[in-house]
Amino acid sequence: MFHDLRTVIWKEIKEILGQRGRFKGGRMGILIFLVVFGVVLPLQNGPEWVRSPLVMIYWAWVPFLLASGVVADSFAGERERHTLETLLASRLPDRAILAGKIGAAIVYAWGLTLACVMAGAVAINIVHGKGRLLFYAAPVAAGIFGLTFLVALLASGLGVLVSLRAATVRQAQQAFSVAFLLMFIPLLALPMLPGAVKAKLLAAVSGLNAVTVTLAVVLLLAIAAAVILIIADARFRRNRLILD
Amino acid sequence: MSDIVIRATKLGRDFKTVTALEALDLEVPAGIVFGFLGPNGAGKTTTIRLLLGLLEPTRGRAEVLGRDVASHGPEVRALSGALLEQSGLYERLSAADNLEYYGRIWRLAASERRARIRELLSHFGLWDRRAEPAGLWSRGMKQKLAVARALLHRPRLVFLDEPTAGLDPVAAASLRDDLAALAAREGTTIFLTTHNLDEAERLCHRVAIIRAGRLLAEGPVEELKRGPAAPATDVRGRGFGPALVERVGALPGVAGIDAADGLLTVHWKEAADTSALLRALVDGGAEVDELVARKATFEDAFLRLVKDEPQENASCSTI
Repeated sequence: MFHDLRTVIWKEIKEILGQRGRFKGGRMGILIFLVVFGVVLPLQNGPEWVRSPLVMIYWAWVPFLLASGVVADSFAGERERHTLETLLASRLPDRAILAGKIGAAIVYAWGLTLACVMAGAVAINIVHGKGRLLFYAAPVAAGIFGLTFLVALLASGLGVLVSLRAATVRQAQQAFSVAFLLMFIPLLALPMLPGAVKAKLLAAVSGLNAVTVTLAVVLLLAIAAAVILIIADARFRRNRLILD
Repeated sequence: MSDIVIRATKLGRDFKTVTALEALDLEVPAGIVFGFLGPNGAGKTTTIRLLLGLLEPTRGRAEVLGRDVASHGPEVRALSGALLEQSGLYERLSAADNLEYYGRIWRLAASERRARIRELLSHFGLWDRRAEPAGLWSRGMKQKLAVARALLHRPRLVFLDEPTAGLDPVAAASLRDDLAALAAREGTTIFLTTHNLDEAERLCHRVAIIRAGRLLAEGPVEELKRGPAAPATDVRGRGFGPALVERVGALPGVAGIDAADGLLTVHWKEAADTSALLRALVDGGAEVDELVARKATFEDAFLRLVKDEPQENASCSTI
């Protein structure tokens, strides 16, 4: 299984790196992303970049941004380019194909995010370090590590899930955007709550410390990712994919 | 081990209200090129998908390489190679990377993989361009690369779904030669679907003809030609009046006569009786310049089977 997983990831990453003429993916696109998110933005914020726990929120969006650029292509792209049936006619087990596609998106999105995190820290130290080591506090570093992984996992799983049934990459991208928005309906619904309820909610949240909030978010993301992976696994059926 | 690599028994598949394959009975011996012919929509691709375990049969069963395809699909796929309707190449990857990917999928060791990729690309004359993205290649080159991919892991059985479709005659002939040579050299059983009857005649040891999900005939090409496509005799000359046509038509074994512009074509039910025909012509007062036994072609046999067989009562004639 691990060998097959690695094989699928190898090919997916090769294809992502080989993309041309698109901002997301491709060696030049990756380099630009790394410079903008790993150097320019951290330097604009100065030393506060590695001190504030709020930076976790910023980094949590980055893997989503990266995964969304490539993950819709996973199955819909293979279907659109007529490579899916040949892949399904190979000896690869169902789970290796599915996990390989999700894994490749995670490797790309999470890997590049961590590279940006490190590049940001290096840039801050070069410009503002003055002989001292400026780095994220341990709980913040752990939060960034865990949150970015879970967001990468969630975005990759969701993207692969919608890509499984989409006829084209464009359709998969649209469905992915809609699905992601649906996940945020509870947040979007907050302003519509009655004033008394909102006040109670605000008071409850204000009483929480940053660690508790982070852990709650991690737990929610983990549950959402697990649900999506279970659904994707249940929906991956060779004979249905052939007929789609 | 059984010498039969594919055995289908009443194999059928429906898609909602459409019957793509009715009840296929088929046996394919090991080590041959087996042609699976039929017009568009005959059920050829569905049959390949069923035999690879990619679709579940609605009825019947099939064994490929001794394994039931419904319950052992992964094993069947592990032992087979396939070039399906589309070449299935990753156009952004180089030719070498396309083969590298499938070499890894088939778990070839790194050294074996490298050697095999070099061997196949060299054989097909593609080695010097291995680093180019496959998307930049001509259709003929892509098709050769796809065939190389199907043969990469030395499968005992290869499914090729119209491998020469869309190729120019030179590229098609070249690919055919390569297939024949590789099949002979590596002892691989090839299950080939094609629309090209000439290709089937040149390449295949045995063929099956299918139409509307029904098997119409199966056997060696030469025998198939002698089967439904009955022989005919062309007579060139003069004096082929109605009386003569009637006299010839009364000969034993004559199935029908076409007469036009100094040409009389006599269709026989089975073997032609040329001497009886000649006697009847001379006795009937005809002047005969030339008498030629028309050789039955595979195309005649195929067209007669596909066009004439009443769809409702079609039955398989195994030769």
